[in-house]
Amino acid sequence: MDRPKLGLVINPIAGIGGRVGLKGSDGPEILRLAMVRGAAPQAAARAAEALRAIVPLGDRIEVLTWPGPMGADLCRQLGMACRVGRGLGQGPTSGADTEAAARWIRDEAADLLLFAGGDGTARNVCAAVGEQIAVLGVPAGVKIHSAVFAVTPASAGIVARRFLEQTSRRCRPAEVMDIDEDAFRQGRVCARLFGSLCVPEDPSRLQGAKVGGGGGTGQGIEGIVATIVEQMQADPDGVYLIGPGTTTRAVKERLGIEGTLLGVDVVYGGRMAAKDADERTLLEWVADRRAYIIITIIGGQGHLFGRGNQQISPAVLRRVGTAHILVAATTEKLIGLGGRPLWVDTGDAELDRQLEGHIRVVTGYRSYTLCRVGR
Amino acid sequence: MARRRPDPLRRFHQARWDEEMIYELSVPGQRGVLVPRAEKAVVEAVGDGVSAIPDDLRRVRPPALPEVSQPRIVRHYARLSQETLGADITPDISMATCTMKYSPKVQEHIAARHPGLTEVHPLQPGETIQGILAILYRLERFLCEISGLDHFSFQPGGGAHAIFTNAAIMRAYHAARGEAGRDEIITTIFSHPANAAAPATAGYKVITLLPDEHGVPDLKALKAAVSERTAGLFITNPEDTGIYNPHIDAYVQVVHAAGGLCAYDQANANAVLGIARARECGFDLCHFNLHKTFSAPHGSMGPALGALGATAALEPFLPVPRITCDGQRYALDHDHPLSIGRVRSFLGNVPVALKAYAWILQHGFEGLREAAICSVLNSNYLEAEVCHIPGVTLPYARGQRRLEQVRFSWEKLREDTGVGTEDVKRRIADFGLQHYWTSHHPWVVPEPFTLEPCESYSKEDLDEYIGVLRQIANEAYADPEFVKNAPYNSSIHRVPEQFVDDPDRIAITWRQYLKKGWAQRQTQG
Repeated sequence: MDRPKLGLVINPIAGIGGRVGLKGSDGPEILRLAMVRGAAPQAAARAAEALRAIVPLGDRIEVLTWPGPMGADLCRQLGMACRVGRGLGQGPTSGADTEAAARWIRDEAADLLLFAGGDGTARNVCAAVGEQIAVLGVPAGVKIHSAVFAVTPASAGIVARRFLEQTSRRCRPAEVMDIDEDAFRQGRVCARLFGSLCVPEDPSRLQGAKVGGGGGTGQGIEGIVATIVEQMQADPDGVYLIGPGTTTRAVKERLGIEGTLLGVDVVYGGRMAAKDADERTLLEWVADRRAYIIITIIGGQGHLFGRGNQQISPAVLRRVGTAHILVAATTEKLIGLGGRPLWVDTGDAELDRQLEGHIRVVTGYRSYTLCRVGR
Repeated sequence: MARRRPDPLRRFHQARWDEEMIYELSVPGQRGVLVPRAEKAVVEAVGDGVSAIPDDLRRVRPPALPEVSQPRIVRHYARLSQETLGADITPDISMATCTMKYSPKVQEHIAARHPGLTEVHPLQPGETIQGILAILYRLERFLCEISGLDHFSFQPGGGAHAIFTNAAIMRAYHAARGEAGRDEIITTIFSHPANAAAPATAGYKVITLLPDEHGVPDLKALKAAVSERTAGLFITNPEDTGIYNPHIDAYVQVVHAAGGLCAYDQANANAVLGIARARECGFDLCHFNLHKTFSAPHGSMGPALGALGATAALEPFLPVPRITCDGQRYALDHDHPLSIGRVRSFLGNVPVALKAYAWILQHGFEGLREAAICSVLNSNYLEAEVCHIPGVTLPYARGQRRLEQVRFSWEKLREDTGVGTEDVKRRIADFGLQHYWTSHHPWVVPEPFTLEPCESYSKEDLDEYIGVLRQIANEAYADPEFVKNAPYNSSIHRVPEQFVDDPDRIAITWRQYLKKGWAQRQTQG
């Protein structure tokens, strides 16, 4: 058997803004500011913590990495043999370097890509390889909202080691989130879904697992999907606007429709009627038909409308009617809100008022959880 | 007073046998017991015995049973028993909501040996089992007094089965009133999840309420949830957190006003025995797990008994047969046209009812009340001490005492050290204690663990338990990976958690084990 292959990518500037209070390191201006404020790189040290569990594997695995501070330097320092890809230029590294490295590691058929960084790095990895290979994040950034990171760098190393040593490997899709940088620096938190990565199944060592038990999530989603599909079958002449997210994507998968993860799709008569539709298209579809909106809750902020699905505008919502909104989410996701209500911020205060109160969220097969909606 | 141990922690190492499965011990032709041939007179009367069985009922091949000699069988099971931590060799504080109180041995003795119980046939006519019927009849009266409700049925073979039966009774009640459209059940996330699962199995839609900031179900959400579709509410109080909801009657009123019924899950009634009753809270139905609150042993899925209580208005819908008494003789009464019918064969798990009956007689009313008070005091002491262990927090209802059980959190420990509740749980086995129960999934309280010391355990038992938790917390702060790699002294050192729910890996019977090819994989691997 071939030796298992581990890909390693370090975003050397990840986390640099954190200790100097800059909330992230995205963009050259922030990076310059951070350096001026005396920020010291953290990512390599975090990656080294993770690799402590990997080093003893020696030549039982093959390590693939990118030049200099993106992996090769650290491997050398830890005495780990590695194969280094070509491509890093001069000057500070950027997201493009992360993407190039991830693509090369994928092309070399690595079994697992271990990256050290934050949400921004996760986005780059996601853009480069999506769910094509198994990926695990070593938390080294300022912002860790995505569910693709281990709880600590050391845990990341242990998960990676176990994963490489196993012959039967289990993965699951995990959401890559990031927050609006400018809003965040102004003190507003506004999370957005950017895609999903395929991460090793290890509930006790991964972020986002703190509200979850083993094995429950998959069943929850299956039950949710079955319930939504039943409701769709109850009104086959209806138009269904399906919002972004992995939960709603699972509904489309069950229907055999290839939709978008991040956009709003229109399903009519069991078929894709409009993929990644904008507000105007949605309005056309709902103008003279009975319509329903199927959405899920994005990330830890609990927004129903007004974040990541602005295409479903107040005009669309009014036309569809608030009684025709189906919200689906796993119980784990609701619990992850930590007791906070769901939020609506449609930009139309009157409509927001109408949406306030309590809403039934589909959490399993014919199972619902009653959630408070605030604004 | 017992000798005080200088160190409450016990040095412990569990037996670990490299023992085959019983089928792997099989040697063709070996026998544990040689069955004597029938005597001549018997053979003359019935022939060979087998040919009396009709052809289509007779099996073609003998059953694939292991063939093992008697000493080897005894050794096999004795070894397996050494690899478990039974309730009688460890203070069973770990399994909150399960009410693992001590089961007095005298009851076991009667249930296992009294010929009035062991030598009867389930199809015997009622006149010939008057003693058993008397016990069930009197136990019903006791439980009516304890709950305030009017009737009890002992058919359900467990708590979830009793909830299922309550859901069936609700359906029959609404149907009889021409309201068959009531197809929704409301429950809460901190009620035992059987309150969601069993009504769902009975065909209901289930709506779950989340807690408010005080840790009790959100009353506003309940008001928003009820409608003309509401069949009923299934709720626990105190809930799994140990927090008592003092306004439970207001919740019952909201459901009643919408035309629904209310079922009180009192599987674990240890906090309120002799103190508060379902009747005064307004409930229509309830159930007690006789194998929890009333001391019959519990675990490994039975034998169990979910005694189901109902108000007079719901009596016509109870399962049959009912037990009646004309003042002298007891009888089985099947004549209830509105009954939901049988939910279990014969009379249910009678030995469990007997143990509960004995336990109530041993205690009397004052004794039951004292059991409740002691269980709450024990839990309060444990709570106060455990909250001082580094890494432990107590979510919800700050400053408010819990009752007979408490759901704690290791969230801080995990944030500080990376050691979570599953890790601590595994390490506990190294001290000769039963691993604890975290909570139902998904976890609402992060990194949860739920403890319930019952009335049976002494302060020394509690101190030992507290000492173990403190030791593990200290270890986590000093060397997290040491705790994460536990247990070290247990019969199994590492549970492959990623795979325990993998259908391809699960084989709970020998036949599955063979079918999934694991026997070959073991030999090759």
